[in-house]
Amino acid sequence: MSIALDTSRISRARSRAAARRHAVAGGLAAALVLGFAAALYLGDYPVPLDGVIRSLFSPLTGLTDRGIDFIVLQVRLPRAILALLSGAAFALAGIIFQTLLRNPLASPDIIGIAHGASAAAVFSIIILGWSGLSVSLGAFGGAVLTALAIYLLAWRNGVTAYRVVLIGIGMAAMLAAIISYLFTRARLNEVQQAMAWLVGSLNASRPGDIVVLGGAMLVLVPAMIALLRGLDAMELGDDTARALGARVEINRLGLMLVAVGFAAFATAAVGPVGFVAFVSGPLARALLKGAGRGFLHASLVGALVMLVSDLLAQHLLPNTQLPVGVVTGACGALFLLWLLMASGRSGRVN
Amino acid sequence: MTAPVSDRGRKAARLGLGLLLLAMALVAIALLSLTTGARAIPAETVWGALTAYDPASTEHRIIQDLRLPRTIVGLLVGAALGLAGAVLQGATRNPLADPSILGINAGAALAVVLGVAFFGMTQLSTYVWLAFIGAGAAMLVVYAVASLGREGATPVKLALAGAAITAVLQSIINAILLTSPRTLDEVRFWQVGSLAGRSIDIVFQVAPFLALGAVLALATARLLDGLSMGDDVARALGQRIGLSRGLAGLAAVILAGAATAAAGPIAFVGLTVPHVARAVTGPGYRWILPYSMVMAPILLLGADVVGRVISPPGEVQVGIVTAFIGAPFFIALVRRRKLAAL
Repeated sequence: MSIALDTSRISRARSRAAARRHAVAGGLAAALVLGFAAALYLGDYPVPLDGVIRSLFSPLTGLTDRGIDFIVLQVRLPRAILALLSGAAFALAGIIFQTLLRNPLASPDIIGIAHGASAAAVFSIIILGWSGLSVSLGAFGGAVLTALAIYLLAWRNGVTAYRVVLIGIGMAAMLAAIISYLFTRARLNEVQQAMAWLVGSLNASRPGDIVVLGGAMLVLVPAMIALLRGLDAMELGDDTARALGARVEINRLGLMLVAVGFAAFATAAVGPVGFVAFVSGPLARALLKGAGRGFLHASLVGALVMLVSDLLAQHLLPNTQLPVGVVTGACGALFLLWLLMASGRSGRVN
Repeated sequence: MTAPVSDRGRKAARLGLGLLLLAMALVAIALLSLTTGARAIPAETVWGALTAYDPASTEHRIIQDLRLPRTIVGLLVGAALGLAGAVLQGATRNPLADPSILGINAGAALAVVLGVAFFGMTQLSTYVWLAFIGAGAAMLVVYAVASLGREGATPVKLALAGAAITAVLQSIINAILLTSPRTLDEVRFWQVGSLAGRSIDIVFQVAPFLALGAVLALATARLLDGLSMGDDVARALGQRIGLSRGLAGLAAVILAGAATAAAGPIAFVGLTVPHVARAVTGPGYRWILPYSMVMAPILLLGADVVGRVISPPGEVQVGIVTAFIGAPFFIALVRRRKLAAL
């Protein structure tokens, strides 16, 4: 019996995992490109494919066609970009929370952060009479304040995952009660306006949203990557991680801040679109089959889910534009069923 | 060995006396609920309205048509929620079990929304059956999702599964309400959870279910005591675990479904009251159940009275008041201890 490790076997397994990571990332990227092209091509006003391409390059070539350019560059392109950015941001928020709290169900739209954004937005629509950008600001503030409150309430000689989850759920129930109360205090048209915001939609996407969300992600993604280095140690448990020299609490706080940032900026841009944060991480990990943590892959999955859901929402029913949140909500239901059946076979949750 | 027996007798006498005092407090709060409101009505007039009803008197009509049904609905719904919470906590051995946390309220709400949107139901009385079906289905799914994995339905997993199912159901509800303003207008006043505007018909409609659920729940006390010793011990004592859980779950669904049908989704009453009851009585569902049944309507009617006077001339619905009492309690409970299974 030899003690020496069979290094060739380990390196073979490593390269197989790397190959899987690259293949999954490549497949997801290809699907994203296809989805993006479809988002630019499909619509009520038919634009031929070469028209789309000519329009995309018109700033370079100078060949303009005002009608087609307006539809492609002013309507469809911003919408598709916003779908990509917000989907990726939701997914990253979700996978960070799911990883830190060690539970596939613990995403920000379940543990109260989305509820904080929603309650603040409904308050600003119904009581303050705000609309547009100021509602987004209110939602951002609501998400950040709620996250802060959950963290502080869960703090007791440190923060444990189950306290964050349960206190978040308690906060969510209270915030949902506030929303129901505000609904009884308003005129029906205001309630409808608030309801439309609550479901989340890309219908009213503004160019400013892309700039703000894109700018935020330019800061948040590098911060996340830097903080993720400490995560490997953290996943071994707090004590082990501390023994290995990781500054657990600071690292975790930093990652949570980044995740709250992702969730808050994305919610401010498109509303609390449900379940993108919830499904992306587990789907990415299912695709990877243990070949990596899947943060990059989760962001690709999130962007894809958002893009495809929006396409379905726009074109599923003739003459009706559903808000994207309706489709992602249905995705969430399907995903839970899948989780139920998959773990019924394997006896595991994740 | 007579000492333990007399000890037990003394404890039973003490707890029985406590229950009597609580019942008196309940009568007092019911009287307060009859006298308090936008128009304060003195107790003598209330008594007159109950014993010698004079249809010509506005105050008598307020009592008979508005406050009496409201108070009775509060009593029944409160008792049902308290019992449902205690039975759920015992059957799942989960200190955080509550109809709102476990997704039962959202299931009832979705069923009601579907009924209003697609079957044109507008009468509160037709909501009852819908609320039942929704509540039962949601509870089954939540329990199934939470039982995934090797360690089974732990408190955290049960709460998370409930929250996740609630989110799914809520997004379906939102989608329907978004496309149907009529339904939105109909449901938004039900969804907040309120005792106002309930006619005496509602009482007659849900009372049989509440009675059935209460009898069933109180009858499970011994079974819940068995379950609280752990599945293995209970099984060794000859108890049929699955049957016990099923009966308790059935009682909880009947109670929570009927309560939700009558008053709309009301959060946290079922969660908080059994803990207070347990703190008074100690373990043993023979006492926890009746205490919960009497304490919960005190909380609910008290919250309703507070909601009536807190922001004149308007009212804050009882569901909001209980959420603001219950959520801090829930958070304190989570902070306080390790959440060992009950």
